[in-house]
Amino acid sequence: MLNRKKSPAIVDAVELDLQLKPYTKFTLDNGVEVYSIHAGAQEVVMVELVFMAGNWYEQKNIVAATTNFMLKNGTKQKNAFAINEHFEFHGAYLNRGCQNETATFTLHTLGKHLPKLLPVMAELLTDSIFPEDELAIYKQNQKQRLSINLKKCDFVANRLIDRYLFGTEHPYGKVSSAEDYDALSREDLISYYNQFYTNGKCVIFTAGVLPADIQEQLNNAFGNLPLNKTSMPTITYPTLSAAEKKYQITNDANGVQGAIRLARPFPNRHHPDFTKVQVLNNLFGGFFGSRLMSNIREDKGYTYGIHSYLQNLIEQSAWMVSTEAGKDVCTATIAEVYKEMGRLREETIDAEELHLVRNFMMGSLLSDLDGPFQTISRWKSYVLNGLDESYFKKAIHTIKTVSAEELKELANKYLNEEDFYELVVI
Amino acid sequence: MVHYNRFVLDNGLRVLVHEDSSTPMAVVNVMYDVGAKDEDPNKTGFAHLFEHLMFGGSINIPEYDEPLQRAGGENNAYTTNDLTNYYISLPAENIETAFWLESDRMLSLAFSKKSLEVQRKVVCEEFKEHYINKPYGDVWFKMRELAFTTHPYKWMTIGKQLSHVEDATIEDVKAFFKKHYNPANAILVVAGNVTTEQVKTLADKWFGPIAKGEKYDRNLPEEPVQTAPRKLEVFADVPLDSLVKTWHIEATLDKGYYVADLITEILGGGGSSRMYQALVKEKQLFSSLDCYHFGSIDKGLLAIEGKLVKGIKIEDADAAVNEQLQKIQSDLIADTELQKVKNKTESVIAFEDMSIMSRASSLANYELLGDASLMNTELERYQAVTAEDIRNYSRIIFDENNSNTLYYRSNN
Repeated sequence: MLNRKKSPAIVDAVELDLQLKPYTKFTLDNGVEVYSIHAGAQEVVMVELVFMAGNWYEQKNIVAATTNFMLKNGTKQKNAFAINEHFEFHGAYLNRGCQNETATFTLHTLGKHLPKLLPVMAELLTDSIFPEDELAIYKQNQKQRLSINLKKCDFVANRLIDRYLFGTEHPYGKVSSAEDYDALSREDLISYYNQFYTNGKCVIFTAGVLPADIQEQLNNAFGNLPLNKTSMPTITYPTLSAAEKKYQITNDANGVQGAIRLARPFPNRHHPDFTKVQVLNNLFGGFFGSRLMSNIREDKGYTYGIHSYLQNLIEQSAWMVSTEAGKDVCTATIAEVYKEMGRLREETIDAEELHLVRNFMMGSLLSDLDGPFQTISRWKSYVLNGLDESYFKKAIHTIKTVSAEELKELANKYLNEEDFYELVVI
Repeated sequence: MVHYNRFVLDNGLRVLVHEDSSTPMAVVNVMYDVGAKDEDPNKTGFAHLFEHLMFGGSINIPEYDEPLQRAGGENNAYTTNDLTNYYISLPAENIETAFWLESDRMLSLAFSKKSLEVQRKVVCEEFKEHYINKPYGDVWFKMRELAFTTHPYKWMTIGKQLSHVEDATIEDVKAFFKKHYNPANAILVVAGNVTTEQVKTLADKWFGPIAKGEKYDRNLPEEPVQTAPRKLEVFADVPLDSLVKTWHIEATLDKGYYVADLITEILGGGGSSRMYQALVKEKQLFSSLDCYHFGSIDKGLLAIEGKLVKGIKIEDADAAVNEQLQKIQSDLIADTELQKVKNKTESVIAFEDMSIMSRASSLANYELLGDASLMNTELERYQAVTAEDIRNYSRIIFDENNSNTLYYRSNN
């Protein structure tokens, strides 16, 4: 007779021998380094160029993001329509993204189309002209998008909490305004483009079922560009955290929910506590079975979801709790978050719960490493953060061995109510 | 080509296995043939609320998530107007844990009152977060009611109104389970580092003993053919006017469905699409513009939705959209443009098939439609579409009498 009350035997995920597939690295003629992972069953390829061109380097607000966005909007030879048509005809996606230190230019395509697409990507990096009319359309549409986003409590809360943590002068705390868009000029973009793209600092990541001549193809397209020749400016920013810790903002008088953000500054990945705190964070609010989710969603029903995480930033990080909760239960939600911090400080985590979190994290990691794009994405994060494979090994070792006592100590060090900024936007 | 093996248990459960030894993971996907369209019009939102309750403990297992997390697994679920899908991803070694958990909740739930009470609140917060506390959040409630007079696609998956969710009782939950959650109404797909033999043994062991249950006989009212254009105008506290238009299209697997899919690409798929180029870039009538369709199993909708540039009259924007629709009805599309949207489709399919999770849910979807092997001929059905098809179906779809137009005006 089948005993349905008894769980089947499992292999403990902590016993899994997790391997990060090594990359192959080569260098283009101009010194640009390429990290590659050849794997997968579908004939798809990702090529990502990462430039040191995030908002860290701009002298005027939103120049970095706008330059990045408009890389596809016209070259000396092709207008925006022709550029889009070329990539779309080949079923390819050419995306760009602007972060704080970095800005990305990413191609996803069937491998067979690479020879048609890589040279045009290179053209966009040397011959873009940022047409005035394209910029005008961009400004108008972005301002409209912003006016809609400013109606959303979560969008407003995300901007404000970063401002409290880092200050408006810091790239991590700056936000955009309609006036910033109005103040943009074509010359700002051209100058930023010349310095940080055409003559910028670049590293390339590629993954998928790579053609045998990938090295040659990348070298032909990008190996003769004037990249990595000039040294990057060294810029440091002061972190001007807000003095006041608690905020209540009414953004929409008719709002039925509040966006809650609780956050404290936290060091970057090089700090010895970082990987251990990743485990503590999982316990606290990092997955569906976490303390915050179990209590505030699954027991009280105050919210559709509540999460905690360490912000993915290079220079310094922040530990964040984020949720949208019913307007009349916002105060109760915040009280419960602090209560859970208190429990982590005062009570030693029991062995079974810690074991579950270890297993969950290992299983989740196994899944995160499945596939060429996932693998290269992890390597990219290590390369950009100045880490190597030893960090991966250390992270796994930490998941397997960090003790309940250590986690309690870390909770006492980092999870104190008075260190947290507290914000509710309705 | 996605290879799979298929067998059916005596109780009617259909099982599909897709073996892929290149991954250390396994995916267990259970799809139930029930969605928001199967709801009582006075108790809408129930299929989705029920999905939440499936995580509230089953007859022999008080906690669903905990044992799965202990086995290194992750799970989630979603509900649409057509179906409800539950999926688990875990290290392949621990696959039996997934069979144990999924079979027990197919056998019977615990029907915990506490779980119902909490999940009613959680779903109400989900409702508020996505549809009440967001600018334009109620657009599709209004548009669905305008476009459908009869078919249950007239309400949203989340439900028509908050009170329907708030009023759900434990009796409703039990009745819904009995009616829809049994082997005859379910499809099990297992993908990843598994063998068909192994899956057969596990399926027999865990799902085999579950009673067949009653096969749900779906008998939905058909939407009558629309015979006159419909228009609705509303005012809301939003920054910009929005234009939303829909037209009825054919059901999944009908030829017209694939043609409609390509039409949405031609009109609004990406920066080189016709409407983006003409209406966002050249005429600057819209600051954003999308064209898509619902991907629904029964006859669904093709939609065009855009935010207007401030100062533009919505009637002018509407006329400009109609001008584009006239063009696709009168002029044959050029070969290169048709080739472009077919190439995009080929690419989308290749990217989707990268993950075993996506392969598993595609197999389940096609099995639900009647034949999993259709997954492997999907691209051919797109390749078969001709320029004449595009023109002819555009004439049928964009017939003025088949149109629904919503002017969603800013009262600022």
